[in-house]
Amino acid sequence: MRNLLREERFSIGTIIVNTLIIILISTGVIFSAVTALGLVRLPDVYTRTHAASKSSTLGVLCVLVGTFLHFLLVENVFNTQAIIAIVFLFITAPVGGHLIGRASYMSGIKVAEETVRDDMGIAIKKKKAEEK
Amino acid sequence: MALQILLNFFLALVWMFMTVSFTPTGFIVGYLVGLGIIVLMRRFFSYRLYTSRAWAVISLILLFLKELFLSSIQVLQIVVRPNMNIKPAIFELETELQHDWEVTLLSALITLTPGTLVVGISDDQKRLYIHALDFEDIEDAVSSIKNTFERAILEVSRP
Repeated sequence: MRNLLREERFSIGTIIVNTLIIILISTGVIFSAVTALGLVRLPDVYTRTHAASKSSTLGVLCVLVGTFLHFLLVENVFNTQAIIAIVFLFITAPVGGHLIGRASYMSGIKVAEETVRDDMGIAIKKKKAEEK
Repeated sequence: MALQILLNFFLALVWMFMTVSFTPTGFIVGYLVGLGIIVLMRRFFSYRLYTSRAWAVISLILLFLKELFLSSIQVLQIVVRPNMNIKPAIFELETELQHDWEVTLLSALITLTPGTLVVGISDDQKRLYIHALDFEDIEDAVSSIKNTFERAILEVSRP
């Protein structure tokens, strides 16, 4: 495979592989940019956590998959560390987002003015009334 | 389920000893033969075959990747819009999941799906409090997503 790619630099396979890698990495970069834009534009900490904990996960995921494919198909190195990194990101990112949201709610940070509904505030009030 | 997988590995090992081929190929052939034997003997196990559960896990992962990608695009549209008139909200979701790991998995999946973020879980683990980025047009869609996620998790955990 590798020798074949080396001999015919502009074969169909090379073009397909490079296109795939370019698409993946640019998608990742676009989603990372969306994350940064969302952090600036969104109104309160909860909506910002949305942008920070998810679009960025998908962005980093796309970049890592693109890097993995580049090293696998072009450099011919099977890099298992990239796979491990993807799995670890997927495990830790939602926990981080949840903890940020919960900690800020529990320490009394108000939700944005646009918010139309708040079930959790009612539930916490009810629980406190029961404890008293 | 773990018992069946262990039994399958053991059968593969026995196959390697019987054919004196201690190679990865020998292991794979032995594993497939053992899988066939386990499928034939399925009436003697008290739980369903582990292959159907493995298939449920794979379809859960595929469903999750699809949702992640679709709703990332949705968030992109919201963020790029010139005047974003979003309506965030915190709503309550009753869950019928029992075990700790199921609730953890469900909340991780909900959190990683853009548009929704779990901000709290009630003490009896029956209700999740979910912060939605854009409430009005998303409530029905989100409840259906929850039904698909919850149903997929139930499909994995069914004995």
